[in-house]
Amino acid sequence: MVCKKCAIKPVIILPNSNVKLCSSCFTKYFEKKVYKTIRQYKLIDKKDRIAVALSGGKDSLSLLYVLNKLATTQKDLALIAILIDEGIHGYRELTIKDAKAFCRKYKIDLKIYSYQQEFGYSLDKLLKKINLNACTTCGVLRRYLLNKYARNLKVTKLATAHNLDDEAQAILMNLFRNNVEISARLGPLTGIVKDDRFIPRIKPFYFLTEKETATYAYLKKLTSQFSECPNITGSLRDNVRNLLNGFEELYPGTKHSIINSFLETLPLLKKHYATKKKIQECQYCQEPCSGEICKTCQLLERIKRNH
Amino acid sequence: MKINVFIERENKNITVNLKEGSTFSDLLKALKINAITVLTARNNELTTIDTKLKDKDKIKILSVISGG
Repeated sequence: MVCKKCAIKPVIILPNSNVKLCSSCFTKYFEKKVYKTIRQYKLIDKKDRIAVALSGGKDSLSLLYVLNKLATTQKDLALIAILIDEGIHGYRELTIKDAKAFCRKYKIDLKIYSYQQEFGYSLDKLLKKINLNACTTCGVLRRYLLNKYARNLKVTKLATAHNLDDEAQAILMNLFRNNVEISARLGPLTGIVKDDRFIPRIKPFYFLTEKETATYAYLKKLTSQFSECPNITGSLRDNVRNLLNGFEELYPGTKHSIINSFLETLPLLKKHYATKKKIQECQYCQEPCSGEICKTCQLLERIKRNH
Repeated sequence: MKINVFIERENKNITVNLKEGSTFSDLLKALKINAITVLTARNNELTTIDTKLKDKDKIKILSVISGG
């Protein structure tokens, strides 16, 4: 049992190809795939100022590590990290510690913003106050703060560590909920229409599975935290993930097929929804949104009413 | 043979009895864990699921699940 490239002890059997790779060959394969995605989808320009949405977990630390490696070879490329502290007791404190240590080590400017400071409530408090879906609430508030502060920090692209598994799950979730318009915003480069108030989001790990990303983080010793968010259990995403992993085990290549067939239709979806789309300004906070009041302000109003 | 396993997701240590010649794949099947969702390590070194186990091996199983 040896690496198919160099005959050394393998650490992974690549999903979808059955190729075995050793630590060194896998690292090269992983980084090559990230850079290929960046090139193919023109995710990064030479003079971009990129902010990595950093949670301090294995995925976002891997992304920051790979992009920092790229930034050392491209002098005009600037890199910072933005961390949103949702306030998830027993979980986020640990990843914040890792994020701070990592940014200190690699001399990366880290900006931290919290739900508590911004909205007056931590996620834990919000969930106790009102019956909300944890993942939906967290996603709305996190995206809001990431976009707002990325824009304030004059960032040109916001990089997230979303991987092939995340994207395949999102496609199915949108399908199950009849949210095709939301799927039109997906892809390696997100968004439907360009608007200066929305910072384009890029996903350099788009074609890498979560197993590959975790393997990279482990081999590079980026973190010892392999725990997951306590709110995920029982969520729609959790159920879709289990369903997809079950299918992948029975029919290898399922997730890649979902992504590849989705990418065939994505240009049509974007074109279709671009004509219908008009970006407005939230009446309460003046942030860009699709309706008169943004999702974040709608949520905060709902909480105030229940106070 | 007896295999000592640490399952990180559940933060617990267990002992699993397996037939001689069993692999990591057999171990995961015995524990009803989908191999796609975890990394497996022996002596902190990552292994592939077709690797054979040895008696008294100390194994770590780490979850690869991300936030989404």
